[in-house]
Amino acid sequence: MKTFKVLGSGCKNCANTADLIALKAKAAGVEVEIIKITDMGEIMGYGVMSTPGVVIDEALVHAGGMPSPAQVEDWVKA
Amino acid sequence: MFAIFTKLADWLAYDLFGLSPDTRLGEAVHFFIEDTTKIFFLLALIVFAIGFFRALLTPERVRKVVAGRPRYVSYPMAVGLGAVTPFCSCSSVPLFIGFLEARIPLGVTMAFLIASPMINEVAVVVLAATIGWKYAMLYVVAGLTVGIVGGLIIEALKLEKWVEDYVWKIKMGEAALQKANTSFKARIDYAMEQVKDIMGRIWIYVLVGIAIGALLHGFVPESFFLKYASADNPFAVPAAVLTGIPLYSNATGVVPIVEALLAKGVPLGTVLALMMSVAAISLPEMIILRKVLKPQLIATFTGILFVAFITVGYLFNALTV
Repeated sequence: MKTFKVLGSGCKNCANTADLIALKAKAAGVEVEIIKITDMGEIMGYGVMSTPGVVIDEALVHAGGMPSPAQVEDWVKA
Repeated sequence: MFAIFTKLADWLAYDLFGLSPDTRLGEAVHFFIEDTTKIFFLLALIVFAIGFFRALLTPERVRKVVAGRPRYVSYPMAVGLGAVTPFCSCSSVPLFIGFLEARIPLGVTMAFLIASPMINEVAVVVLAATIGWKYAMLYVVAGLTVGIVGGLIIEALKLEKWVEDYVWKIKMGEAALQKANTSFKARIDYAMEQVKDIMGRIWIYVLVGIAIGALLHGFVPESFFLKYASADNPFAVPAAVLTGIPLYSNATGVVPIVEALLAKGVPLGTVLALMMSVAAISLPEMIILRKVLKPQLIATFTGILFVAFITVGYLFNALTV
């Protein structure tokens, strides 16, 4: 099972990003774990300065805004 | 070039709605239609163009270029890049920590944070389209200068002690982001996403700004501003700056208000000081920055900007009289 981490200090776009991943995973019938990371030290530990960021299985794949739906679909299915 | 929007507003307001250009309602509606169509058109166009060419820099990249430079390079760079780097105010905190972690001086970091909301390419183009390139450039130069001077003062006062202690302990990881896809289609998709994202974030500020501009334009008589906001009234500039401090709007949203005030004969310095103060400092921004700055530093920062904006206001009023 893939673990998605959504990096962000609780802004609206961060919550939207987590929702989008959950939605796309459900649509694709893939089980994923989604964790919201709000601790600044941990977020910065991934080298991210612009949130929301997305980490899949400890690898940073996205930073600096909402990912596009197509992008999220690719992550879930890959 | 923008006459088409005036014509459209003429047609909608006067022909279709049957309003008279001599009435207050007619003037307000005309202003609203012209500015809404013009500003949203420009907004979409510029954001798309910048997204397409990827001229936009990410804060991560800015951090890399600014780090380790001598001050006479890093200050101008910080304000210049602050002006063109888009970032949402919700990212102010990680950005602040990331800069300090890269040993970028506090003053340079603050200069970036001052300039960034005050100046951006969209606001500058919209400002130029409504009140002319000369004034738009004056605004940019004044904004960059305020950023540099504000940063230098914070550095001279050695205010590092007023940064929250945990900030200095954070260690940043190395970001290993995938290479951006640069095919034509990917660029178009990316640019479209940017338009959606930025429009979705700021449309309400722009619309509210236009509505206030339209009301001022149509319903507040010129004599009101002549009485209270002329260059002869020494309190007009500080009052404008004070009004703007708690208010928050995207810089683009303030442009229609600037336009309406200038048309009513309010002096340039007073209007630009108001625009800077609305865009640069706001209560929500201070609440966000409180996570990394102690109250003393927030107060000092606000105080410095307050004085700087008033200075800009008086200076421009003196120059343009």
